[in-house]
Amino acid sequence: MPGSPQIRLDHPRDPGHCVGVVNTPASFASWVRAGLRILLLLGWIGVGATSWGASSTNVARRDHWAWKPPVRPALPAVRRGDWGRNPIDRFILARLEAEGLKPSPEADRVTLLRRLHLDLTGLPPTPAEVDRFLADKTSDAWDRAVSGLLASPHHGERWGRHWLDAARYADSDGFEKDKPRFVWAYRDWVVDALNRDLPYDRFVIEQIAGDLLPEATESQRVATGFLRNAMLNEEGGADPEQFRIDGLIDRMDCIGKAVLGITIQCAQCHDHKYDPISQEEYYRLFAFLNNDHESSMVAYSPSEQLRRDQLARQIREEEEKLRHTTPDWQTRMAAWEASVRGDQPKWTVVRCEHVGDHGERFYQYEDGSIRAASYAPTQWAAHFRGTNDLASISAFRLEQLTDPNLPCQGPGRSIHGMAALSEFKLTATDRENPTNKVSVKFIRATADFSNDEKPLEAEFDDRSGKKRTYGPVAHAIDGKMDTAWGIDAGPGRRNQSRKAVFVAEKPVVFPKGAILEFELHQEHGGWNSDDLQTHNLGRFRFSVSPDAQAVADPLPVAVREIVMNVPAERRTPAQTAAVFSFWRTTRTNFAEANARIEALWRQWPEGAPALVFAARQGRGPGESRMVTRLFRRGDWLKPEREVTHGTPGFLHPLPPGADDSRLTLARWLVDPRSPTTARVAVNRLWQQYFGTGLVETVEDLGTQSPPASHRELLDWLAVEWMQPSRPGVPPWSLKHLHRLIVSSSAYRQSSRVGPDLLERDPHNRWLARGPRFRVEGEIVRDIALSVSGLLNPTLGGRAVYPPAPEFLFQPPASYGPKTWVEEKGSDRYRRSLYTFRFRSIPYPVLQAFDAPNGDASCVRRLRSNTPLQALTSLNEPQFVEAAQALARRSVDEGGKTDEQRIVFAFRQVLSRSPRPEELRPLKRLLDQQRSRISEGWVNAAEMATSRSESVTGLPPGVTPATLAAHVAVARALLNLDETLTKE
Amino acid sequence: MNRIPVLQQALAQHQAHLTRRWFFRDCGVGLGMAALHSLLGGSVEAAPGRPGISPSGPLSAKPSAFPAKAKRVIYLFQAGAPSHLELFDHKPELAKWNGKLPPAELLKGYRAAFISPNSKLLGPKFQFARHGQSGQEMSELMPHLARVADDIAIVKSMHTDAFNHAPAQIFMNTGSQQFGRPSLGAWTTYGLGSESSDLPAYVVFSTGSKGTSGGASNWGAGFLPSVHNGVLFRSGGDPVLYLSNPKGVDATAQRQTLDAIQELNRQRLGRVGDPEIATRINSFEMAYRMQSSAPELMDLRKEPQHILDLYGATPGKTTYASACLLARRLVERGTRFVQIFHEAWDQHGNLAGDLKRNCADTDRANAALIQDLKARGLLDDTLVIWGGEFGRTPMVQGGDDGRDHHPNCFSMWLAGGGIRPGMTLGASDDFGFNATVDKVHVHDLHATILRLLGFDHEKLTYRFQGRDFRLTDVFGEVVHKLIA
Repeated sequence: MPGSPQIRLDHPRDPGHCVGVVNTPASFASWVRAGLRILLLLGWIGVGATSWGASSTNVARRDHWAWKPPVRPALPAVRRGDWGRNPIDRFILARLEAEGLKPSPEADRVTLLRRLHLDLTGLPPTPAEVDRFLADKTSDAWDRAVSGLLASPHHGERWGRHWLDAARYADSDGFEKDKPRFVWAYRDWVVDALNRDLPYDRFVIEQIAGDLLPEATESQRVATGFLRNAMLNEEGGADPEQFRIDGLIDRMDCIGKAVLGITIQCAQCHDHKYDPISQEEYYRLFAFLNNDHESSMVAYSPSEQLRRDQLARQIREEEEKLRHTTPDWQTRMAAWEASVRGDQPKWTVVRCEHVGDHGERFYQYEDGSIRAASYAPTQWAAHFRGTNDLASISAFRLEQLTDPNLPCQGPGRSIHGMAALSEFKLTATDRENPTNKVSVKFIRATADFSNDEKPLEAEFDDRSGKKRTYGPVAHAIDGKMDTAWGIDAGPGRRNQSRKAVFVAEKPVVFPKGAILEFELHQEHGGWNSDDLQTHNLGRFRFSVSPDAQAVADPLPVAVREIVMNVPAERRTPAQTAAVFSFWRTTRTNFAEANARIEALWRQWPEGAPALVFAARQGRGPGESRMVTRLFRRGDWLKPEREVTHGTPGFLHPLPPGADDSRLTLARWLVDPRSPTTARVAVNRLWQQYFGTGLVETVEDLGTQSPPASHRELLDWLAVEWMQPSRPGVPPWSLKHLHRLIVSSSAYRQSSRVGPDLLERDPHNRWLARGPRFRVEGEIVRDIALSVSGLLNPTLGGRAVYPPAPEFLFQPPASYGPKTWVEEKGSDRYRRSLYTFRFRSIPYPVLQAFDAPNGDASCVRRLRSNTPLQALTSLNEPQFVEAAQALARRSVDEGGKTDEQRIVFAFRQVLSRSPRPEELRPLKRLLDQQRSRISEGWVNAAEMATSRSESVTGLPPGVTPATLAAHVAVARALLNLDETLTKE
Repeated sequence: MNRIPVLQQALAQHQAHLTRRWFFRDCGVGLGMAALHSLLGGSVEAAPGRPGISPSGPLSAKPSAFPAKAKRVIYLFQAGAPSHLELFDHKPELAKWNGKLPPAELLKGYRAAFISPNSKLLGPKFQFARHGQSGQEMSELMPHLARVADDIAIVKSMHTDAFNHAPAQIFMNTGSQQFGRPSLGAWTTYGLGSESSDLPAYVVFSTGSKGTSGGASNWGAGFLPSVHNGVLFRSGGDPVLYLSNPKGVDATAQRQTLDAIQELNRQRLGRVGDPEIATRINSFEMAYRMQSSAPELMDLRKEPQHILDLYGATPGKTTYASACLLARRLVERGTRFVQIFHEAWDQHGNLAGDLKRNCADTDRANAALIQDLKARGLLDDTLVIWGGEFGRTPMVQGGDDGRDHHPNCFSMWLAGGGIRPGMTLGASDDFGFNATVDKVHVHDLHATILRLLGFDHEKLTYRFQGRDFRLTDVFGEVVHKLIA
């Protein structure tokens, strides 16, 4: 790098990572080699030359500057006293003076304002905003512009996008099925957190362990969606454990890149070659993340939360009224409890295993229950086999159980956690004599809950054209595959354990017991197993009883548990309330109140599923703690010695006695003693403003990172961020950092560059000029939508589907057919942040402009400049629509003359007014189009609107030809390099 | 006004800058001094005989480290995993074991995707015969490939690490089961650049009944600059997204619009001096050229009837055969890497019927491509690769007409580009269960392909996240027996 004081030497490098014999020097020769290595390293450390050698960490590498916590450096001395606004500039100027360079003059005010708008909100200023700013001659005009933009809700959208890159956010699973997933609540959480300037340490803690904070809020649980952005493979035959481990490895990679700035993933397979992290230390970190459920919850929007809380209050009030009007309710409830306490037959659990080809996979739990995972065929029969000692069996119970790993907690696998059982069948075989086999006929079915009979929702359409319904449990034994038992109790009450009991016409009598083969026919999914159309059971358990009178226990599982095991006087208020809520439904004299409460429940808001992380409880089925083991060569099939939680020895220590919870990890990550955490975040922020980080490799501050351009500035910023020098500024405030940077003279320089400076500093590392580079793909598109007046600035909510070529979402471009229902309303003009992101089919406009697809954490986008980008901004329908809309605005609002209209459009797009020589080619283009239209070469209506019908509603004196010619001008403007560029 | 000299100066500066950046940042130290010399030296003049090609930039044509036997690649990716046991790996012994359980020792530690490994064996469904002077053995399903048996090399001893489709496809294409790594095509254009100024360097077709399991990551640039992404072409309609002018804009209007854009961009370049603007001007010009060159490329009506017949291609029909013919047209025009993904081979059931159909869809075109390239003198330096992501079990799945995923052994063939023609490499055991002789791992295949392209696979590296990545990770041995 020209001018660099530290030239990186060519040295032998280990080319890669995943080889690995974990070796400690054993022989004499290896001891000698190790000693030599340290000597050499001590000599070479200044030039970053670490070389061969496999595994042992050593003292020399621990001396790397980035492994020591940053200390606020003194401001360097500078010769020139008349330049600079804040300490940032002292560091910049000192470097420039050392290089014999001079800062550039300040950019003109329009350029500066456009730069500021694009940086702080990702949207260009309107001409009115420009005029206001130009008219403001007060000394704090800039500060006020900065404050206004930092307070804009679009600030969180613009900066949230960068964090979402780091968080490898996408709206689909990846791999072949690449099914849509529900994690946009997390995306909205990020935007909101940045808008309210949630301190960065909290920002990280909530994303890694929000669920474990005391009294965790819904929002803090949603924040753990960060850990759920890993890809997920549910192709047929995929082992869920393999891809759980893959997801964990991805989480480690993401935390390494985004938070720690350390390439820890090298140590998955062996000790890190360059940085002092051993394979054991990798798995110590891994242990913090290895005890969780990949969970999902129902998340409510702010307005839904209000509604929900109001309904909950009303329901509580109704119940309170009942208690009030029934003063002896406790006695009555106790009597009822006594009456139901002994009303259940004894059930014997039948432990079963799945038999047949493994399309769907199953986890076995300690309580005999089974949880389905991975691929979920939408229409199939699952067979389970188990043996049992009972000589005579009359009743068969199927429990559907909630589980933290199921959508919205289950008990089913549909996106709402629901399931439909088309048919329940059973074959019993004599244990003594396998030829003695009966197909059991059922005569009665009961359930604690069945939904009212209803047709299947559109998401379960199987394209058969048949009428398919679900409802009463009797449907599960009616011999018809078109009807099923449904358990959908509607929003707020869906996700509960349910049970059904099926009674046989004749008892199954085999003196030595029976081999039972249960068939769960699950035919109520949709046509496409590659989409979210499953209606399968999630977690379930089979039991049997000799009692031919058995019926499904009407008490919900939780209520039954309290009634049987918790004496009234020892109950918590919540437990008492739970029993009461059920008991009141059994009282006929409460019918009116019950009906009112039921009506309230039916107004419960729908919410939306949100992927989250949830810790294993340590006890209970499926809750036991996982033991972390080191994987030989990173291969999950080769577990070796047990590893306990811990952090790399070269970084700051954990507090004494720290437990192995994620919260410990999260707090450790943002400990102010962390040498890298603040530096990494500051460096990434700097990169977004200036194009390159102060250390270029923002993902890696390790020994292999290139030298920092301004190491002291990095440290100063990191310390200033954690310990602000200005009173009243909270620590870790990102907005404080933003303000510091955009207030500097360095930021406000002109970006013009002459040949000499270009030669001296092609990448602008010394910052003798302002940043100038093409904006990110999302902003390229947002600019076109914004300046044309099409942009719909609504914040948040589900992802949207702007126009895209339909073939992309169908085979053979896509593995399976995908749903992309183009938005017809103004949602097609939402900011690009909200565009649905399929990992396997990236949105083509964004892909062309280098947006990452979320396969892995990305903290540094590369910027390309390609013909495909040119084709996109020239010809893609929404860019064309934008040109047409902009032209329409210029003839409607831009003035009476061609020139006025061109100037109007020019200012919309570029914020500044055109120079005379810039007007000339645009006027020429206008005239050319006009004459070609009049000569009949091109059709005015088509050019103006992409439709053949004549254009109506034009202002007086404006012909379709004029509008069309202005479309050509607008299209040219939207394609200028300057338009796509932050100058 | 000194606009023109300023532009030229900026362009020259930009080229020098790109070259330096290329070496210092993008290349690491992987390419060696010879490459450095030619990169630096090559920056001031266009490659001889190829006027109009920007002499620098990440896609400029670059010499390779070794003398390259192959200058371009056509990779016929048979996604879904074709059954080696029905196509290339003749197992008469397996026929005798039909319906019997496999020997227990074979299954030690073996995991299967769907079936219980302890499932009955299934004998081969088709007859095999030897063909050509070389006596290459292949099944009756591929009568056309049999005609060019002496031009291809069959590898019967492939093996891989993954047995689910998506990870295995990603592995075969990027050398890693983890997403986010550059594909073979991306590495190739990274190493060699492009020889076309108006068509993408890396073109991809998807022609199967589905898309691939690995999706766009199969042809992605990973952490390489995104300019190395494969560009998905449709074999019908607009081949490239947004290639056609918008409705109401004819070629003249497009040119006039472009002229206005370019003039304003040139003015801006003169005023602010940022060489990136010069690159943008070039990009827009290349886009404009692509608007005419791509449709010309796609127009199969220009091919004589006997060529269409040879491939079995019909103009206007989007088929595997059309894609093969287009692949030839692309490499003729300087495209470096063409990859056709034909996802059709996942025969868990209906093995015999689907294989017949798949071979009917592809066999003629595969053979035609070899013949056609050979007739044009292109086969010598065009490497053609055929194969899927893994093989299939000798054990049956579901009744008597399906096979499960199998990573331990499968077959591929290669031709041209320095491959020794007419040879069979490697062998498997009597069941086609394990590769046994001259085993070729995916990393070995990659090392060999890079070697044919003139690279030492250990030296073609890219620095990312503090370390030098390569296609073959830390593995891979060049299979010298395959190289002529």
